Amino acid sequence: MDFTLSPEALEFRESVRAVLREHFTPEVSERQHSSGTFNSPEINRALAAAGVLERAVPGLGKGDPIELWMLFNEMEKVSAPVDGISMALMIGGVVAHVGSQEQQDTVLAEILTGEVLVSLGYSEPETGSDVAAASTRAVRDGDEWVINGAKMWTTMGHVANWILLLTRTNPDVPKHKGLTMFLIPMDLPGITVEPVHTMGTERTNATFYDDVRVPDRYRIGEVDGGWKVMAVALAFERGVMGGTSMGVPLLHHFHRWAAEVRDDAGRRLLDDPLVREQMVRVAIDNEIASLMTQRCAYIAATGGLPGLEGSMVKVFSTDAYQKASKWFSRSAGPAGLLQFGESGAAGDGWVEYDARHSPVTTIYGGTGEINRNNIAERHLGLPKAR
Amino acid sequence: MRLELTDDERTIDEVFGGFFRNECPPSVVRTAEPLGFDPGLWARLAATGAPAMGLPEASGGGGASLTDLAIVAEQVGRAIAPVPFVEHAVATRLLDRFGAVTDALRDGDAIATLAVRPAAAGATWSLVPAGAVAGTVVGLVGDDLVVVTSPAPGAAPRNHAAMPLADRSPAGGTVLASGADALAAFAVARAEWQTLTAAALVGITRSALTLALTYVQERHQFDRPIGSFQAIQQQLADIPIALEGATLVAAKAAWASDAGAPSVVDVADCDITDFVTLAAMAFLYTSDVAAMATDRALHAHGGYGFSEEYDIQLYYRRARGWALVAGDPSLECRSLADTMFGPVGSEA
Ligand SMILES: Cc1cc2nc3c(=O)[nH]c(=O)nc-3n(C[C@H](O)[C@H](O)[C@H](O)COP(=O)(O)OP(=O)(O)OC[C@H]3O[C@@H](n4cnc5c(N)ncnc54)[C@H](O)[C@@H]3O)c2cc1C
Repeated sequence: MDFTLSPEALEFRESVRAVLREHFTPEVSERQHSSGTFNSPEINRALAAAGVLERAVPGLGKGDPIELWMLFNEMEKVSAPVDGISMALMIGGVVAHVGSQEQQDTVLAEILTGEVLVSLGYSEPETGSDVAAASTRAVRDGDEWVINGAKMWTTMGHVANWILLLTRTNPDVPKHKGLTMFLIPMDLPGITVEPVHTMGTERTNATFYDDVRVPDRYRIGEVDGGWKVMAVALAFERGVMGGTSMGVPLLHHFHRWAAEVRDDAGRRLLDDPLVREQMVRVAIDNEIASLMTQRCAYIAATGGLPGLEGSMVKVFSTDAYQKASKWFSRSAGPAGLLQFGESGAAGDGWVEYDARHSPVTTIYGGTGEINRNNIAERHLGLPKAR
Repeated sequence: MRLELTDDERTIDEVFGGFFRNECPPSVVRTAEPLGFDPGLWARLAATGAPAMGLPEASGGGGASLTDLAIVAEQVGRAIAPVPFVEHAVATRLLDRFGAVTDALRDGDAIATLAVRPAAAGATWSLVPAGAVAGTVVGLVGDDLVVVTSPAPGAAPRNHAAMPLADRSPAGGTVLASGADALAAFAVARAEWQTLTAAALVGITRSALTLALTYVQERHQFDRPIGSFQAIQQQLADIPIALEGATLVAAKAAWASDAGAPSVVDVADCDITDFVTLAAMAFLYTSDVAAMATDRALHAHGGYGFSEEYDIQLYYRRARGWALVAGDPSLECRSLADTMFGPVGSEA
């Protein structure tokens, strides 16, 4: 194997770093935590202006997918707001793969300006892991569809311009075969958005669809072919599009703090052998997560869809993140309980934040159990679980 | 970037995979216990040129890269083959840097090994891997790099992994280098040993997974294959995940050596290309992965996994032995911490 980064990739990384140095200001950082909206229009716009976004859309053929990994990796390493832009680029990838020419000319083109966000409407109040059981109805009416139902956990729904909406078009066939996907504007009459606040500060939404009329050209993929579109979207979501390097900033924040605090004997926390061992273990896990993510990107770069590999790195990196968070918050003791802005907070409050945020990472994007089910059935070839 | 094997590497993999499948079924492993060495198998392996494969062509070797050697080592691990391929390759590469490789070592008629844990001046090397079967031992004594050739004891203390371990004395040996040169040469050799052992542990993990998958699809309880129980599936699903990471990190360590990658260790940036650091990381990680995988695979066999009759116990014991012979992993972590975060008491 060859782990050398190409000069183009290094140049790309440098342009991402330059944008972050200029636009990821303390105000932007503070705003993501006070608003719970992990998105920065300034950064997105600057990334677009630097030509980074079009190179990072999977399948567009303008850049190496290794660059896709690099973009999110660089953003996550400095804890820059990544959720908004990663969802937009992911849908950009879906449009590039299965969208109509018109969708490529409109939605995809808009995404590439960095001005436009897209939310994901898969989960519903009654269906989460069993996402193919979605019941939001779309009924054909001439050249239009009429949509009724409710979605839960529509992250970015309050700021997004578009939503990728999973609907039921045929209730009389097996559940996977009666789904149709739409990509519709969020400002259509009949759509309402209500906030849902979470323990991890992150704001998400419940969204409601009341006789929403959409022209057929907003459909993406075939009628009753929504599950195929889902498969593409999930292959991008898990692995390549961020969410695998949370341990890097956590280690960095903890390290800086552990080098400063001292116990009564004047000894630095960083000199405690147990703490050192745990930090090394976290650094190893970070390296593994990074390599597994690069491998997903490499598979995407060489024409594949890294579906299973994406499930693997998702499970690995989220488990590792939770382990790291647990270790560091224990070692920090009460200082690890203090939040951002409080004096004496371990890692400037990041240790507390990660303890609050890490639990969700094994839930969203497919729970750990669901991803392991996939691996057991599709990779190991074991019989369907009972 | 190329995160898969080249065609040439794939050929090496197939050739040695075939060799060990044919020549080293589990019955060979069992017969070689408790010493953990099969001279006939070693002779047949030597006939393929494997003992000198990793020496430079200028020294009469095969000019193989560390990546190539790691591919062979992985196959050694898959078969838990009772041959000191890793130790011999690493020790002869080290000796070659001092022009100290003999024809017998090149041909595999004589065996060399590395004392992976240094000895204090005047002390012996304890529990040297392959020390029971290697005539030539090279390692650190204090600040000296010493090679000694003396009769191999041919017997090992009975041990968990049926490894040919032995205490060996450096007395009467030749000093190859001293001070910083000795430490540096040893550090590289030890990192090579860690890299190849990591690859072997990846091989153990792969075989443990195969054994578990076969068993859970054959064995029925409650009128269905136990592999259809979700509790079993969730436990086994972690193995391919760990295997993916283990494979990559071991390959990256080998690449760092072959490519002469820059000695970067930037943890804050998750940018690490330093060979010695990556080798230790790969060794620590694959040790854990092989232990986890053999543990879960054994458990999935129920009581039969604990019986001598089933092969998983052979793998379970070697997964631990091959890793722990290098010493306490916590100490390895602390030494890595010095590289990554600065020594204890140093101010940032
Ligand atoms: C902060 C946040 C943001 C989110 N953002 C979005 C978004 O933008 N768009 C979107 O569509 N969704 C989003 N989600 C939803 C997320 O994808 C779901 O929460 C997730 O898929 C799990 O579904 P659920 O919450 O209904 O839990 P359930 O499916 O009810 O699962 C509950 C528990 O049962 C376990 N379980 C369920 N089925 C199985 C099984 N077959 N085998 C073993 N165990 C099982 C699960 O692993 C879990 O532990 C978000 C969620 C959160 C919390």
